[in-house]
This record gives sequence, C-alpha cells and structure tokens, in this order.
Amino acid sequence: MSIPASLPALASRPAAPSRHRILNAIWLPLAVLAAATVLAPLLSLAWSALQGSPGLWLHLAEHVLPRALSNTLALLLGVGIIVILLGTGAAWLVTAYDFPGRRILGWALLLPLAVPTYIIAFSYLDILHPLGPVPSALRWLLGIDSPRGLRLPDVRSLGGCILVLGFVLYPYVYLTTRVMFQSQAASLLEAARTLGAGRTEVFWRVALPLARPAIAIGASLALLEALNDIGASEFLGVQTLTVSVYTTWITRSDLPGAAQIALSMLALVLALILVERQGRKRQRYSLTQRPRPLQPLRLRGGRALLALILGWIPVVVGFLAPAAYLVEATAKRLHLVGGVSAQLLASLQNTVVLALTATLVTVLAGLVVAWAVRSARHRRQARLGAACARAASLGYAVPGTVLAIGLLTPLAVVDDVIGHVLSALFDIPPQLWLMGSMSALVLVYLLRFLAITVGGIEAGLARIPVSLDFAARSLGENSAGMLRRIHLPLLRPALAGAALLVFVDAMKELPATLLLRPMNFDTLATWLYAEAARGTYEEGAVAALAIVLAGLLPVVLLARAGQPTSARSSP
Amino acid sequence: MSSSLELAHLALGYDTPHGFKSIVHGLNLSLEQGQIGCLLGESGCGKTTVLRAIAGFEPLRQGRIALKGRVLAGPGVDLPPEQRQVGIMFQDYALFPHLNVERNVGFGLRRMPAAERRDRVALMLERVGLAHTAGQYPHELSGGQQQRVALARALAPAPDLLLLDEPFSNLDLHTRESLAFEVRDILKQNGATAIVVTHNQAEAFAIADRIGVMRQGRILQWDTPYQVHHHPADDFVADFVRQHEVLRDRRSEALRRAG
Repeated sequence: MSIPASLPALASRPAAPSRHRILNAIWLPLAVLAAATVLAPLLSLAWSALQGSPGLWLHLAEHVLPRALSNTLALLLGVGIIVILLGTGAAWLVTAYDFPGRRILGWALLLPLAVPTYIIAFSYLDILHPLGPVPSALRWLLGIDSPRGLRLPDVRSLGGCILVLGFVLYPYVYLTTRVMFQSQAASLLEAARTLGAGRTEVFWRVALPLARPAIAIGASLALLEALNDIGASEFLGVQTLTVSVYTTWITRSDLPGAAQIALSMLALVLALILVERQGRKRQRYSLTQRPRPLQPLRLRGGRALLALILGWIPVVVGFLAPAAYLVEATAKRLHLVGGVSAQLLASLQNTVVLALTATLVTVLAGLVVAWAVRSARHRRQARLGAACARAASLGYAVPGTVLAIGLLTPLAVVDDVIGHVLSALFDIPPQLWLMGSMSALVLVYLLRFLAITVGGIEAGLARIPVSLDFAARSLGENSAGMLRRIHLPLLRPALAGAALLVFVDAMKELPATLLLRPMNFDTLATWLYAEAARGTYEEGAVAALAIVLAGLLPVVLLARAGQPTSARSSP
Repeated sequence: MSSSLELAHLALGYDTPHGFKSIVHGLNLSLEQGQIGCLLGESGCGKTTVLRAIAGFEPLRQGRIALKGRVLAGPGVDLPPEQRQVGIMFQDYALFPHLNVERNVGFGLRRMPAAERRDRVALMLERVGLAHTAGQYPHELSGGQQQRVALARALAPAPDLLLLDEPFSNLDLHTRESLAFEVRDILKQNGATAIVVTHNQAEAFAIADRIGVMRQGRILQWDTPYQVHHHPADDFVADFVRQHEVLRDRRSEALRRAG
C-alpha cells in the first residue's frame, strides 16, 4: 500500500478549547446546584421553626404534638406489622410452594402498588359505609333488615387506617423479600433441607433470618410512604403529624408551628432511613456467588386451594375490591350524568401537563447529576459528584408536606426578588411568579422525585463499561458530545423507565400539591381530596379510577421485569 | 529522529483516608517518532496507570508528559483527553455496541467532510483486513476481528501517539503471537508512535522497538529488546524476561521425558 507514512494533521483537531472547557466543566456545578436546591427547604424548615415564640412551642408541645405523635407512632407500628406479615407471607407462599395459578398470583400481588393510600381509604369509606355494598350484603346474608341491626367496626379509626394502609403498602416488603427468597437463599435453604429440617422449620430457622435485611428495607420504604400519607389519615379521622402540619398551616397560618411539627417528622424519617441503610449494608454480605432458584413444593387438592385463597386475599382487599368499586361508581356516574364535568376535565388536563413538565425537568436534572459523577475526570470531582447525588436523592424520604412547608420561605424570597426586578425594569405589577403558578409544584415534584431519576440513570450508566468513555474521550469527543453520541442512545431504556415512574408518582402526588397549588387550581388528586373532604362523592371515583389506571403502567413493567426470575423458578 | 514522547520524573498515585498511596515514582522515558515502546511487568507494577496518565485519565502528582514538543500535562497544565491527540486501544476493545463497524471507526473523524471520512474509514478497514464487516455490529464479530476494529478506530484520526493496553490478553494463545506481528505491521504501515502495555514477555519481544521492564512503579531498564535480553540491567530483569524461555524449555523437557 502506498500511503504516506505520516498522514497530514486531520480535521479532528479540537475546535475551540474554551467551548470544550465549558462543556466539560458545566456538570459538577449544576449537580451542586441540584443538591443545594434539595437541601434548601430542609434548612429553611429549621430556620422557620426557630422563628416561633416559646409560648407557641409550649402550646404545640402540650396540645398538638403528644396526640399527633402517639397517633403517628401507633400507625407506623401497626402498618409495619401488617406489611411485614402480608409481604413476607406472600413472598414465601409464591416461592416455596407451587399451585395452580401461582405465576399469576406472583405478579397480581404487586397490583396494590397502583393504588395510592388516599384512594384506598376513599374507596373503603364507601364500600364499608353502613349503606354500602359490604354491610348490605352481610345483612342480606344474615337476614337483618335495619342498618342498625348490624354494627361493623368503624373504618374511620386508627385500626381501620392501619388495615387500609397495610393492604396497599405490603408490596414493598413482598418485592424485596421475594427477590431474597427466590435467589440468594436457595442453596442455603436446600442445605437446611438435607440436614433434616422440614419446610416450615426452614422458613423460621433459615429463610426468615436471611430475609431480615430485605424485610427491613421493604418495611422502611412502606413506612416512609405511610408517613407521607395525608389523605387516608384525614378521611379516616386519624390526627397524624402530617395532618397536623397541614392544618397548622392551612387553618391557622402558623408557619413556625407547622415547621416545628415537620421537624419532628424529619426525626422519624431519619430513623427509617437508618433502618433502610442498615438493611442494605447487611444484604451485601449475604449475596452468594451464583443465585439459584428454590425448588418449590407442589401442593394438590385442598392445600392448593387454601394457598390460592390465602394468596389472593391481599390482592382482593388491596386492589380488586377498591378497583371494582371505582369502576362501578364511575360507570354509574357516567350513566347518570352522561359525561364528566368541565372542571374534572380541566383538572385532568392540569394533572397531565403538570406531570409531564415535572417528568421532563426531573429526568434532565437526574441526568445532569448522574453525569457529573460519571464524567468526573479525577477522584476528587467524582467524590463531590457522588456527594451531590446522595444529597439530591434525600427528597424521596422527606414527606411531601414537610418539603412543601420547607419550600414556602425560599419560594417567597425568590418571588419577592423576581417581583422587584421585574417591576423595576419593566413596570410589571408585582405578583407571585412561582407560588402563583405551576412552577412551585414542578419544583416540589422535582425535589421529591429526583432520587428516582438519579438512581435509575446511575443504574443504567453502571451497565455501560467505563472504557467506552475513555475510548470516546481519546477519540476527541468532549463530555457533552460523548453523552449525546454514546450514553444517551445506550441509556434509552433506563431513561424511559425513570420517566414513567416519575410521571405516575407526579400524577398521584397529594400532600405537597395540596399545600403549594395556586388558587383555584386542581389536579385529579386534589379534586378527589376535596370531594372526600366535603363528603360529596360525585366525581371522585372518576378521578380515582384515572389515577389507578395510570398507576398500573409501572406495575406492569415491574411484573415484566420480575418475569424472567419467576419463569426460571418453575421448571 | 527527534524524540516524540517524553515522560520526565513522573509520579502518580492517589489520596486515601490513610494518606497518599504512591503507584509510580520518578519514571523517565522517551520514545522516538514512529517507534513502538513496550512497558512490561507483572500486574500491579503501575504500567497501566502510566498509560492512563498519558491518555489523560489519571492526574499527575509530579513530573511532565510531552508529546511532539507539546506539554500534555505538567505543572499548571492538564489537557483533557480529547485534546491530547492520543489514541488508546483497550483490553476489552471498548467498541460502541450501538454503532456498526463503520461508524465505530469513523467516531473520531466527525469534523471531517463526509466523503473524506468515508474514504478514510474504508482505508483503515482495508488495512486491518476487515473491509467486508463495515455494516456489522460489534457483537457479530469474533474476538480477533473486534480487536482489529478497535485498532482501526484508534488509528483513524492519525493520533500523535497510540496506546495499547494488554492488546492480546482477550485472545486465545494460538492467535496471540501471530496477531502481535500483524499489529506491529499495521502500526509501522501507519507510521504510528505507540506504547504497548503487557505482562507477556513473548508479546513484548514480538512487537516492540524499546522495552521497559517495570517493577513497583519504576522502570528498571529502558532499552532495545536485544539489550534487555542479552544485557539485563539486574537480576530481576534477567529473571523476568527469560521466564517464558524457561517455561518453554521446561515444557519441551517434560515432553521429551514423556516421549
């Protein structure tokens, strides 16, 4: 070949070094900004709490906190017990035993994830109403005529609230524990069997102790969700800390008081995070080399039927019954009125626009934070990036009410500054630029759901070998160009998954939305809340059904992702 | 010939909670234009870290790296990898899985006019004997083919220096030595200046014009293969470069006895 040995300098010489430098250096500062935005409401909360007078604090400590705190603790304890019993039991049932319909049950047990806590409470208020379907059916069965003849325990109580929350939140424990039972424990469980332990004994002596970290992780996630709940406890008349924060601010306009209660919630959150971290740390040690599925025991006849019935109870209570109720109520409403009101359509539109905007913003922010960690050239930058990612992920654990209260002051300050600047420059009359618009809601959704996109994108990036980055850089590509040409195409599934989760979570969000929405602005969730609070039950079911249907999307994805493992576990 | 690559008093390492961990210290090396140098040593001796530092993926603690009279890294200078004109071929080849062979090889040529780029990619593929695979995706190729695509991709932008990190370690024993000669031919044909990192003595002697035997972050000897082999600087170098011969002798001896 007659090619000149030294080729002329090719056109791949870097263009403008300054542009290169900006595109390389922009990520870390943006990640720091994201982390600071998440931390701002928490700091502002502490500051607001200090503004209150000592007398105010005494009033709170004497009249509000003891009841709210003991209610909340009792709620968390009760929900904790129920989610652990249901989640662990269901996970063991579908991994250790085989019976007709086990595969379907395996993913059906995830369905309650689609039902937000306020919707299940809303549904059961009506289902268990003295004139509702269940008491009526019971009376018919028992031959009792008058509603007074049969008194069921009232769902509007702490016990009712615990049950209702337990039956929608158990899937968190079910998911983490099932993975544990399915893979890691298999060889150990079989070793125990060969040592002469029966199936039940194996459960108590080997499987359960092994699953403890997984149970701790699942239960703390479920309890964070219970702590975040505002609708269910409010509808069922349980004065929790979350409800107290809300009423202290909305009805008494007492920001320091609300901030003080919110701070005490943060203490609980911290405790739950510590439990979760501890679980994850211990889980790492129990990973065995090659996960192998457990061989399930085949059940026949009566025992198979019993397993089937036991397994479907959580699905029926946590999903099928409320969903059937919502479908029926919606059908009745549509049949009666022949359509839905313009206001409901407007709140549907609000919800979708808001959720889409929040998804876009949150995915972009998650990408920036995850990319700052990945594209760091040196260890020190990588460490700073990782610290930002951790800080930016804190929002997932902070209840929406707490975040919203913490955001009030920063938002007011920013609104004030924007207002002053705009009125000075363009003579525009002052108005609430953030708090009077959807921006405040987009911001609070971003803070609360950033952990989802950061985590999802980091997991996606972890599957792309770092040597691809090095190859792209040494071939003359800068950080931004490398993201566009290599990582974004390869990240597409991870991005889509994270976007779907954020979209659905934003659609369901109630506590922060209630506090930060502009005047006369409703989403499906706040519409439902208002109807339930008024006790009018007109179109609430329609709104609830729309939210549940959207919530089914990620559950389907989750069930699909779980399919290969469950397919492998049955020969 | 003028010296093309210069490493002077190079020190590399990182901070740990327990203090500074040194990996490479006081390393000097120079390579002339068009020559192939080889860093030879056991795993953990710091040879790959030197490679990463030249490419710009490892910060310098001390010293200076210059290429064709241009300082890449040194006191107050730290060019990002994409501005160094240093190509690198990785142990796992690092082919972009979502791009076909043609677009992989053309990745670093994006500022070139399309027609010119096509010609250049075709030429590179022809030189590594893979013109027929242009439309295929990396996972459809054999290990040896992937390696040659990676080589073509690294050479396509005509870098001032090419780095090869354990280029043959992912291939089976039979193809290794023949590929080492083939890669040497391709590099020479392109007039490329290159540094190869390996722990395999046979590969080093097959490919290099200069060999540096490394141990514990230092180069013990930087010399021609002939000198390293016949006049080793010390006992360690002597033992290390003769290991493969010893092994070969032992094997033939064992075979003789068995026969």
